[in-house]
Amino acid sequence: MTIKTVLNDLHRALGGRMVSFAGWDMPVHYGSQVEEHHAVRQSAGMFDVSHMLVVDLTGKRTRPFLQYLLANDVARLQSAGKALYSCMLNEQGGVIDDLITYFLRDDAFRMVVNAGCADKDLAWIKQQAESFAVTVTPRRDLAMIAVQGPQAREKTLPLLSPALADAATELPVFHAAAEDDWCVARTGYTGEDGFEIMLPATEAATLWQALADAGVSPCGLGARDTLRLEAGMNLYGSDMDEHCSPLESGLSWTLAWEPETRDFIGRKALEAKRNATDNKRFVGLLLEGRGVLRNHQKLFSDGIEIGEVTSGGFAPTLQRSIALARVQSDIGETFTVEIRGKQVPARVVRPPFVRKGKICINI
Amino acid sequence: MSDIPNELKYCSTHEWVSSVDDGVVTVGITDHAQDQLGDLVFVELPEVGQSLRQEAECAVVESVKAASDIYSPVNGEVSEINEALMDSPELVNDDPYGDGWLFKIRIADEAELDGLLDADGYREAADA
Repeated sequence: MTIKTVLNDLHRALGGRMVSFAGWDMPVHYGSQVEEHHAVRQSAGMFDVSHMLVVDLTGKRTRPFLQYLLANDVARLQSAGKALYSCMLNEQGGVIDDLITYFLRDDAFRMVVNAGCADKDLAWIKQQAESFAVTVTPRRDLAMIAVQGPQAREKTLPLLSPALADAATELPVFHAAAEDDWCVARTGYTGEDGFEIMLPATEAATLWQALADAGVSPCGLGARDTLRLEAGMNLYGSDMDEHCSPLESGLSWTLAWEPETRDFIGRKALEAKRNATDNKRFVGLLLEGRGVLRNHQKLFSDGIEIGEVTSGGFAPTLQRSIALARVQSDIGETFTVEIRGKQVPARVVRPPFVRKGKICINI
Repeated sequence: MSDIPNELKYCSTHEWVSSVDDGVVTVGITDHAQDQLGDLVFVELPEVGQSLRQEAECAVVESVKAASDIYSPVNGEVSEINEALMDSPELVNDDPYGDGWLFKIRIADEAELDGLLDADGYREAADA
């Protein structure tokens, strides 16, 4: 039994090729994944991300609760609407999920978590929240549409209420503005400018249609994946999971070690590994030879296996194959990837590969 | 409904084969196959002169989603490959029975074609 978002009928009417993703019936593309990818880099595309779960957290001690729950520090969220990317860790320092937290107003925060992690996240958050008397409210009454690309903002703003449009026009990057049950955030998962819009599920089809009428291309999960890979953004379940530390997943920048007195779940386990010299490196890869990098391909240096591709694919903007990979710490910048029994040369590059329509690496 | 031309022969593994022209057949993948794969981004073809065994892996097509093996529909020797696919694998999506052909085989025994599926047989096998 797959679950449907409120936009399911629209996806099918648009010719969406539907697949099961984390238990949800979602469009992987509407004809051409590559064309959808280019639409987001060059103009504007929209994604139904209603399968992700919005979780509202309320109560006087919500802020200290989140400072305990998350590896990044919500003390950084002082102005209303500001957003923070963080890992939520287990006691062993493994990643339960990666998520965005928004500071809405006094004593009220909002999280957006991955669809595939929603059930376990909710159970974990509720368990931890008890002693803080924080109320945890999953918001399945909301839908979420991401509008991304250089023209995303100008095409979205006229479709918002005048008050929300005014607020959204002024939004700095990684901030959100809310009005009733509408919340517009200048965030995304593509490396392009744009909005992620949370709104009542009952109003989602109208907004989707209005965006389509404004020339925003519907995009499926396929393009979402190639766009985030080009942007050098991790995918939960591929690039990290409960058995991986953020230290070995390219996510050290999200760990707030200061103040030392802040005790967050997983801190002790991570501190023990923080300065270890044998932590694996998490790197970007560019395939130099012909072929396509894929998840789980093995990397070799002088005939010795030194790591694995955690997520790889073809990058439509680069017309080359790229990947994120976890490798031993003491390796050089070039090595080979085993593709169908052959050793194909690859080299380490620093993500992002593409950002705001521009190629950021030497190809 | 995908396009399945009547004049071609087919394999249940989604390759098509043309009729024999001067001892040579042309091979590609069906419209149904390219549609299921999605945008092709890489094609690895056999080498000219390579001998192929019927039903053995001889090429790979990769889409944005995944890699798929191509099996030789007949025994024979590769006489030509579609070099244009090196830079433009999307030709297979755009024109699977025309500019998106994969390779040509100098066929060992023309009678092997009789053992392949016709258009109706393929339509049934592929549920296309």
